[in-house]
Amino acid sequence: MFEYFISKYNYWMYVVIILIGFYAMMAKGNFMKKLIGMSIFQWAIIFYFMSISAKKGATVHIIGGHGAHTVVNAADFVNPLPSVLMLTAIVVAVATTGITLSVIIMIFKRYGTLEEDEITTPE
Amino acid sequence: MKKILAVISIIITGALLVYGVKDFPKWADPNQPASLHVSPRYIEHALDETAVPNLVTAVLGDYRGYDTMFETAVIFTAGIVVMMLLRRPRKW
Amino acid sequence: MVEDVEDIVISTLSRFLIPFMQAFSLYVFAHGHGSPGGGFQGGCIMAAAFILIVIAYDFKEAKRRFSEKALLIYCCVGVFIFVGTGWLCILLGSNFLDYSILSKVLPADPVKARYYGIAMIELGVQITVMAIMLSIFLDLVTKGEHEEGLK
Repeated sequence: MFEYFISKYNYWMYVVIILIGFYAMMAKGNFMKKLIGMSIFQWAIIFYFMSISAKKGATVHIIGGHGAHTVVNAADFVNPLPSVLMLTAIVVAVATTGITLSVIIMIFKRYGTLEEDEITTPE
Repeated sequence: MKKILAVISIIITGALLVYGVKDFPKWADPNQPASLHVSPRYIEHALDETAVPNLVTAVLGDYRGYDTMFETAVIFTAGIVVMMLLRRPRKW
Repeated sequence: MVEDVEDIVISTLSRFLIPFMQAFSLYVFAHGHGSPGGGFQGGCIMAAAFILIVIAYDFKEAKRRFSEKALLIYCCVGVFIFVGTGWLCILLGSNFLDYSILSKVLPADPVKARYYGIAMIELGVQITVMAIMLSIFLDLVTKGEHEEGLK
């Protein structure tokens, strides 16, 4: 029974953080708090993908000290693919955060407030 | 009202995520599916084919060069969109 | 000479830190092949150096060193360097972004030509990321009106 909890603890941490971010996006009324929830959500996903790349007894993925003709064994090195894909995901997260912040600035200029209830009630 | 709906959907999503736990690989397992199909080929042949010791730069720049090109286009488009939304032209 | 700074401690420290950060970002970019680093990381550190100028000194100092027109030119040049390397591979007779054909132009064998091709595209990525990070920061901080300064 405990084997599910201890051997996969990176997945449990990912579930906890993703539910915290999801709750912040839905239940809070201020737009800045919703944006922080979205940011927590994105970084939880990136964190889980990076934790997939670990291997038992392996070293970091830089081949150093060899010549060009020694045999490289795939079980000695940490998987480089999730790091590569998450570099793109980090840049996409930065881009969406920047655009969301500029939309929030425009909402504030137009309405004077950032609370969701005061903006969406019809006047 | 909004908070009750949020808590209900959190419980449903959490139950679905907990239900899927038995399919996920263990932490630091060498035989997980993420490191079995194309990743050993990249690790074993990257130094012979590209002469770059850093595996992440070799995969990012050479084997997956298309993704890097479009990701540069994404960051460029985001900068242009922020310029378009926020800058107002001067009144002549 | 800059007068009316915010705080004497921060401005004196940043006078030492800013050239060091710019040199460090070029070091991280250049050693992207043998140690952790590369284009994205170097570009972010270089943008952070210019953002430190805005924080420690006045906004006009950063605009004096890097105007908005220069920022636009830099981000377009970065994308052109990247796609231009791919076009050069097509013009020389091979597929798009196939760097081994660059051995006709550069003095290297086809395996080493891929090393140089990766270095060229990382340069384009670094220039674009640096310019766009600084541009987004300046737009958000001044709410679009660049003549007024920080609000």
